[in-house]
Amino acid sequence: MFDIVRTRWRQKYQTMAWPDGPPPALPARFAGRPRLAAGPVENLRDALAACPTGALDVAEGQGRLDLGKCLFCRACQQACSDGQVSFTTEHQMAARQRQDLVIRPGQDSPAPARHELAARLFSRSLKLRQVSAGGCNACEADCNVLSTLAWDMGRFGIQFVASPRHADGLLITGPVTRNMQLALRKTYDAVPGPKIVIASGACAISGGPYAGHAEQSDGCAAAVPVDLFIPGCPPHPLTILDGLLRFVGRLEERE
Amino acid sequence: MSDFLHVYNAHAFPAADCPQVDFETFRRQVVEAVAGGARLAVLTAQQAASQDSRLIAVLMGLEAERLSVLSCPVGSSYAALTPQCPAAHWFEREIAEQTGIQPAGHPWLKPIRFIPGPQGSAPLPGVADMFGMAGSEVHEVAVGPVHAGVIEPGHFRFQCHGETVYHLEILLGYQHRGVERALRGGPDRRTRHYMETLAGDTTIGHAHTWCRATEALAGTRVPARAQAIRGLAAELERLANHIGDLGALAGDVGFLPTQSYCGRIRGDVLNMTAALCGNRFGRGLLCPGGVAFDVDGPLAEELLRRLERISTDAGGAIELMFRTPSVLARMEGVGALSTETARQIGLVGPAARACGVDIDVRRDQPYSIYRFSHIPVCTWSDGDCFARAYVRWLEIQHSLTFVKEQLRSLPAGAICQPPQPLRAGQMTVAVVEGWRGQIVHLVSTDAAGRFDLYKVVDPSFYNWFGLACVLRGQQISDFPLCNKSFNLSYCGHDL
Repeated sequence: MFDIVRTRWRQKYQTMAWPDGPPPALPARFAGRPRLAAGPVENLRDALAACPTGALDVAEGQGRLDLGKCLFCRACQQACSDGQVSFTTEHQMAARQRQDLVIRPGQDSPAPARHELAARLFSRSLKLRQVSAGGCNACEADCNVLSTLAWDMGRFGIQFVASPRHADGLLITGPVTRNMQLALRKTYDAVPGPKIVIASGACAISGGPYAGHAEQSDGCAAAVPVDLFIPGCPPHPLTILDGLLRFVGRLEERE
Repeated sequence: MSDFLHVYNAHAFPAADCPQVDFETFRRQVVEAVAGGARLAVLTAQQAASQDSRLIAVLMGLEAERLSVLSCPVGSSYAALTPQCPAAHWFEREIAEQTGIQPAGHPWLKPIRFIPGPQGSAPLPGVADMFGMAGSEVHEVAVGPVHAGVIEPGHFRFQCHGETVYHLEILLGYQHRGVERALRGGPDRRTRHYMETLAGDTTIGHAHTWCRATEALAGTRVPARAQAIRGLAAELERLANHIGDLGALAGDVGFLPTQSYCGRIRGDVLNMTAALCGNRFGRGLLCPGGVAFDVDGPLAEELLRRLERISTDAGGAIELMFRTPSVLARMEGVGALSTETARQIGLVGPAARACGVDIDVRRDQPYSIYRFSHIPVCTWSDGDCFARAYVRWLEIQHSLTFVKEQLRSLPAGAICQPPQPLRAGQMTVAVVEGWRGQIVHLVSTDAAGRFDLYKVVDPSFYNWFGLACVLRGQQISDFPLCNKSFNLSYCGHDL
């Protein structure tokens, strides 16, 4: 008993101050929200060829970058001759609408993530059933991190629960493999309405590195309606928690 | 007198030199070698349009520091090795599923991944025929694919009488996303991402194995500084996962202090990897030829400072758990596996070392930085949940020492040698000790220098059957503890 108390004392208080205080420092080499600068599309040729998922493409005479497909590998940044593509250390990326994940030159402000129904119903209590449907388990690992005492997601009333019957919605990771389609559908049907769905990570949004494989479904939107998209491969815990808090209206959207 | 070709870890040889014998000789030599103490690292079938199919076996421990390769032609069916060599069990099920070649006489031949057919014709893992037990008081418990926690999908079917589990069948394949199939014909711009996501918690382990395989095939020499940074990253990955798992084990026996502390400390270790390359799992850190990010003086200082804190905190949290009698009472004697069984089924990694099987690729087939800086191999003899936990704690302490040493003595020089294209018609076996155990990549190139074989064996592939074995005769309520003591990868198995 004395041993436990002494260890507790030595471990100190570790829960971060954010969002009331500053966010945890992200490493200088962190690849956060990318930005595109206007420039001749010919100079993007090498960057387009380097992109593993086709997240970067050209439309209407200018480059555009789909955060939902992006693996944040920075191959485009390294290949781009004139710095049109670059990655900031900005963590805020979650968006309410799929099309808002597509970034164009000069578009630097993050998209809105607030969901009116979720803000009204779930702002003080949001119970999520996590469904892992393919993918590599890194997204799951960084969801689990949110339940540790450093992040303590429970202080916002947000929790992962065991049963879909106890949940207000699903948080889906993975590209939805063929073998998981039925289980995902049944889990979704078991959640009582009104319910919400969150797609977390490049796989769940677009299939990620597996996009186009016959063994999966290029993300969960084909199977269930999605209310929040959290980009990343995997998304940083700060990106996930920031997205969840904005989604339920606990963080003011940046002007 | 055997026909095996003995090669060093990740040394390339002409694919034509891979020795080919007739099937009877192949079968006899592999079975005899494994019975004599060698371990089956790979057994796979290669189907090529231009030639007949062949079986390829890779053994470890037959010749010191080397891997032993042998192949034979195979038709549509052959006499299964499993009856004489239980370690071939899972490999032969995989061969039958992937190629249709039938291992005749296999005791339990069914798919391991339930790869969906063109019209979804294959059964789903959880609704396939299962091993059953009959009797009026016998009952079955079905769990998954969606589990209670935030974890990957798999289906577990327990045959029980009262609380006692007589048999557990594990059905996987829910994470099958077609990676091995997509690797063939590579390398291409997605190859790196396939490697880094074979198992997300083993990003460094698999990327390291891939880099070493392609460097062997291309004839690239990796600078010493890059090798040290790779070792640093590999041990940080081991630290993060071992610390996190010890916390989760504490949680599974209801000892919340260690669970809370270790969850947080694991995050601190991941953040050290993020300081190296920007990503908590080490995405983008390794590249063929070396590493993509350097560790300069101030960063090494900073990492050393953080490591001191992590050493103190992890030591306090984990020793507290091992000093608590109620924790020990829950772990000791639960889920025990004998050394003999562990050897027979071909267990690897800390799970094998916890059964007293003295293996570790870092010592036995040394590679990269481990040729110069040795890490002691930690074993324990009991093979129970306590042993699997305690071996992890011993490994944590050695990894901490290793990382500190490396950070204090990084060699000077370049961090990357520009990679050359892969040479045509070469073959190699790269083996790395990941945090769960040995990771094997068996790779060969065709006449154009493209992958015509890329076989990935994640440590979980060897160990899932071990989990099924330890449950026999246990209480069903001990399953979460036993499962976590192995903490195997679903995606690394399903590929």
